[in-house]
Formats: sequence, C-alpha cells, structure tokens
Amino acid sequence: MEHNGNYKNEFGWFADKPKVPRKLFHAKAVVGGLLIFLVLVTAPLWRNLGKVVPAPDPKLNTQAILALPEKDRVCVEDTAFMKANHMRLLVDWRDEVVRNGNRDYINSKGKRHLASLSNNCMECHSNKSQFCDQCHNYVAVAPNCWGCHWEKEKKQVAQTEAK
Amino acid sequence: MSIKRREFLRLAGLSTLLGLGGKAAFELIAPGQLDAQTYAPESHALKAKRWAMVVDMRKLDEKTAAKCVQACHVAHNVPDIANPTTPAAAVSPEDQVRFRIKWLWTEDYHNAFPGEEHENVQEKLHHMKFLVLCNHCDNPPCVRVCPTQATFRRPDGMVMMDMHRCIGCRYCMAACPFGARSFNWKDPRPFIKNVNLEYPTREIGVVEKCTFCDERVSKGQMPACVEVSNGALTFGDLGDPKSKVRELLRANFTIRRKAHLGTLPQVYYIV
Repeated sequence: MEHNGNYKNEFGWFADKPKVPRKLFHAKAVVGGLLIFLVLVTAPLWRNLGKVVPAPDPKLNTQAILALPEKDRVCVEDTAFMKANHMRLLVDWRDEVVRNGNRDYINSKGKRHLASLSNNCMECHSNKSQFCDQCHNYVAVAPNCWGCHWEKEKKQVAQTEAK
Repeated sequence: MSIKRREFLRLAGLSTLLGLGGKAAFELIAPGQLDAQTYAPESHALKAKRWAMVVDMRKLDEKTAAKCVQACHVAHNVPDIANPTTPAAAVSPEDQVRFRIKWLWTEDYHNAFPGEEHENVQEKLHHMKFLVLCNHCDNPPCVRVCPTQATFRRPDGMVMMDMHRCIGCRYCMAACPFGARSFNWKDPRPFIKNVNLEYPTREIGVVEKCTFCDERVSKGQMPACVEVSNGALTFGDLGDPKSKVRELLRANFTIRRKAHLGTLPQVYYIV
C-alpha cells in the first residue's frame, strides 16, 4: 500500500483500504453487451458505407420557364442571391404581405414582383418535387409551407379531379 | 497655430454644406439604389382610414345570403365539415356542429342580437336570417388576448389573422363575443369541394375567421360577399364622409351586434 495506513471514508478512519478484488464480474455478458451496443449505435454508418448519395439536382426545365425567351429567364433576384437567401426572402415576403399588407416586392433592379409563393414562385417553378425537394431532402430540412399553400403539382391534380 | 474667427466660421459653414449635400449627391450618382429590395402595396389596392360594412336586411333575402356565404367559402377554401369529399373523412353529426368552420353565416334575430329581443317584437324579425361575420371591432378582444399577436388590427381597421403565428390556443375564440372564430379540429383539405388554387387552405390546429377579404381589397376588388349581394351588403371607408357606407349610416337607423360590450363592432345592420 502506498498510503500510510490511514484510510478515511464517510464512516471514519480505517487502518487499511478495504480489499476489493480487481476483477470484472460477468465479463462475458458485459463485454458482449458493450459490443452489441456499439454495433447498434454505429449501424447507420455501416449500412451507408460506400454508398454515394446523389448530389441535389434542381431542375429548371418547367414549361413556364422554357416558354420564356432566354434573356427573360431570371428569378426575382439573381441566382446566387436566391441560392443563399431564398428562405430569408420568403420569410420577409410572408411578414410584409400578411402583417403590413405590402404585396409587391421591388427587387434590387427596381422591378416589381408579386410577393406570393403559390401565385408567383410556383407559376414558374411548378415542379416542386424536382426543384424544391431536391435540395431540401438532401440537407434534410422540411419547410412546412405546403400544409396550407398549394403546390403547383397538386394544383394540377386537383384541377383535373375537379373536371 | 491659431485660427481666426472668420476662418473658423468659413470652415464650419463649408462642412455643413458638404454634409447636407452629401446624401443628395449619393442619390444623384446612384439613383434608385435606396428604393431597391423594398415592399409596396399593389398599385390597384383600395385604401381606407377605416373599413366597415353595412348589411341592408331590407334587400337581403335568404337566397342572396346563401349566395354570399357560398361565394365567401369558395373564395377562401373554407371547409364544409358536413360534406367531406371522401367518405373516409366523414364525421359524426355532433362533430359536424362542433368542428364547423364559419366565416360568414346566418343567425336568427334572437341569436344575432341577444338582449334586443322582447316578447312583442315585429313579426318580420322572427323570419329574418341575419348574415353575420367577424365584426372587425375597433376594440377587438381577440387581439388583446392573443399571446403571439397572430391576430392583429391593421391601421385601416381590418382584424387580420397571421396563420403562420397561430399556435391554436383558442384564447381568441373565448374572447370573441360573436362566435366569429373557428378552430380547425381536422385537416380541412378533405372537406373542400371547390378548391380555389389562388388562396391557401389552413392546417389542423389554427383558428380562422373572416378577414374582410384583404387579399381582394389589396387587388382593388370588393369583398367576395359584397360582390354577389345585389347591393344588400356595402363595404367602404368610414373615414370618408362621402363614402357609400357613411351615406347609408346617415340616412338609416342601424344596429350593431352586442354593442353594449364595448368592442365597437364595425358591421352595421339596417333592419
């Protein structure tokens, strides 16, 4: 023993440290259990090992876009801005339209656009599953727009059902 | 180095001029830059100091009232809980009453104007179906109790709903003395027969009500019910003494629903 023979625990002073054998009880079960736990926890990693998730590929080839002349195929802001900031822009649109009653967006070039997801964005980008969902699924975000707002794809289905 | 008073005044004057002219100079060099990425109301939007509605019960028969309700509910995708589009979505008769969504509906006189009735009221009042809706109160209790400011009063008097903020606590429903608010106990989509694709639906768990057709007014149109009412409903600006609503209010005796509660309702009835 390294210590000077005095060992203290919560009950008082003892001459010696109580002797406990240095032994792993039920070693098989404990180690086995730990191994199973490790395998289960890392299972998703093993399952996807070597698999390549295809990069998102948002499509811009809807009929509404293709019908426009080449030079008019621009969004309300330029592509780089939209890629980085479309979510901020949509939130701003939402607040301005609902709370301030401003339904027109004047973009950085001074041009007016209707600030509406269903009635403006989705007119061109009518392919939600090929456009919005591509990146949103890839990065696992689920915007809850579509609980209330009509998506163009469902719109068309609804229209044909109505007829 | 000392500075003479004359020198000092000249310098101070010049720098003031430069400071004042600087902003104007920027405007000249880069015109319109400051206006970019801003918002504005639509160019045809109707504007008012105080929107209000007058319901002329002399012109409103039951057929017209039904037409108004139909126009409103189609325009705003209001679900008809009693008539689901799929049999799987059907609800029990008592739930049809409980889950009913109302924007514009009809009530009998004693329900619409409780406390105003007595045993010997005019016979015609017993047969009238009063078209009732959100009163867009000047002192709206729903707005006062809303914990998220999901419902709010616009400067032009419309009491609006921001569905994005509604958490479904239903305080507003408890506060509203007119029963003008309805809670979505179910997903409304299976109960909408004629879908208006220009207007969103609501989701399960939010409260909805008449919005005075803010989306139509902002396009320069009259509310959907007013348009099909054959002149029985009038929508206009109370702040403008020459407006049609002010004319009607001047020329006729009008009553309001539960005015004694002090919510200052802005839907007036000519009986």
